[in-house]
Amino acid sequence: MQSVWTLLSWGPEGWLDDIAYGVFITVSLAAATLPLGLVIGFLVALAKQSSEPSLRLAGNIYTTIFRGLPELLTLFIIFYGAQIGIQQVMRLVDPTAAVEVNAFVSGMIALGVVFSSYASEVFLSAFRAIPKGQYEGGYSVGLSGWQTMRLVVLPQLIRIALPGLANLWLILLKDTALVSAIGLTDILRQAGVAARVTKHAFLFFGVAALIYLLLAIISSFGINAIERAVGRQQVQR
Amino acid sequence: MSAAAADVATKVEKPPALPRGWPRQRILGYALVCMWMAFLAGIAAYLIVAWNSELFAKYAPSYVTGLGVTLLLVAVSIVLGAILSVPIAYARMSNNRFLSGLAYAYVYFFRGTPLLAQTFLVYYGVGSFRPQLDMIGLWGFFREAFNCAIFAFSLNTAAYQAEILRGAIESVPRGQWEGAASLGLHKLQTLWKIILPQALIVALRPYGNEIILMIKGSAIVAIITVYDLMGVTKLTYSRTFDFQSYVWAAIIYLIIVETLRHAVEWIERRITIHLQR
Repeated sequence: MQSVWTLLSWGPEGWLDDIAYGVFITVSLAAATLPLGLVIGFLVALAKQSSEPSLRLAGNIYTTIFRGLPELLTLFIIFYGAQIGIQQVMRLVDPTAAVEVNAFVSGMIALGVVFSSYASEVFLSAFRAIPKGQYEGGYSVGLSGWQTMRLVVLPQLIRIALPGLANLWLILLKDTALVSAIGLTDILRQAGVAARVTKHAFLFFGVAALIYLLLAIISSFGINAIERAVGRQQVQR
Repeated sequence: MSAAAADVATKVEKPPALPRGWPRQRILGYALVCMWMAFLAGIAAYLIVAWNSELFAKYAPSYVTGLGVTLLLVAVSIVLGAILSVPIAYARMSNNRFLSGLAYAYVYFFRGTPLLAQTFLVYYGVGSFRPQLDMIGLWGFFREAFNCAIFAFSLNTAAYQAEILRGAIESVPRGQWEGAASLGLHKLQTLWKIILPQALIVALRPYGNEIILMIKGSAIVAIITVYDLMGVTKLTYSRTFDFQSYVWAAIIYLIIVETLRHAVEWIERRITIHLQR
């Protein structure tokens, strides 16, 4: 019987190196999803706070759909749907084409759209917290619409939206666990492989859970640092 | 007041007129809405073209069963979680350092790790404790994937619900406690008759969100071989390779979630009628 420490060691005997690779995949997936989700979320929020009813409607349909679907279902629909869709297109050119969609990219897109639909709500409430006078002040000193957005509204918006976005980042970190279902070798999948091989399921899934917890703790330290930095700017103003 | 002054007043209070013609925003908005319409029409057309009555007759009953499993799973977990959340919230608010620290650790663990990892921990990990469970006669319970899912989900939602409950109770001003004490009500009476009715108004929306999150989160039990709505969908897809199985599941989930969301909004409007001015 191998001891717990052998099982959790680095190298061919232990599984720590495999799990570390899983941590790398999880963190890079979350880090790659974040900018995608933030940009889409911001654009959707812009549409939803516009004075044009059709833009608002388009934004609301987006949020309703991607907030209402289970994340796992979104992931499967994008993973298999993209595979079938691209295959159909490729068949027009080459009837024997077989397409394998990258699980990492599908995961990134699926988590990105879910993240962005929640982020758009956070941005929207931040937009509502900024008084109209800020826009009017921007126009009155001769800034264009885009300049007002970039120089006047956005810095305040980020400060207001930060706590909500930090919360969404923690949710995103947890949601990455779902990609193990489409075969990406993240923390949970590596732990599952280790559990199947060694029959120490409780140990390895427990370790996986503790790693997620550790990532959350590290994130909250980072978030606190960012909030302090942003808060200091506000004091100096 | 002269008619002219009233005229000026109405003129001033009028909101600015909407831009006429076709500004850039409107073109973009109409284009996006048309895109959505085309997308939704495309899905409808796809479902009509791909309609296969044989397939429907074969798999529709299992979708209904799967939906039942999903709803049962969520209902049982939410109720068990609600019961379990009361002592946790109590411990979290207590002045005893040890007790509140313990409750905080519980809440932090279950909110900080993925529900999928917790479910795996219970479903696969429970085998490591087979001799002990056999001894107390619980092994039969944990052998079923469905029971494992209920166990994991109840513990998970208890952590979230404890935080909701605590936040709601703490949102009621201290003066309410003091006022009740000065009237001679004891603590339990105060909580039951004065604090909870006010707290539950605050808690309603978070509770609704938690139920919606549970329904969406319950899809992951498909991975541990429970045939809920998602599990049935996966099974149907793996047998037929027909993509419409996923589209139907998406429609059903969307209908449930939207219905619930509107129901919560309706209840909230009803119970806050006395607060509206």
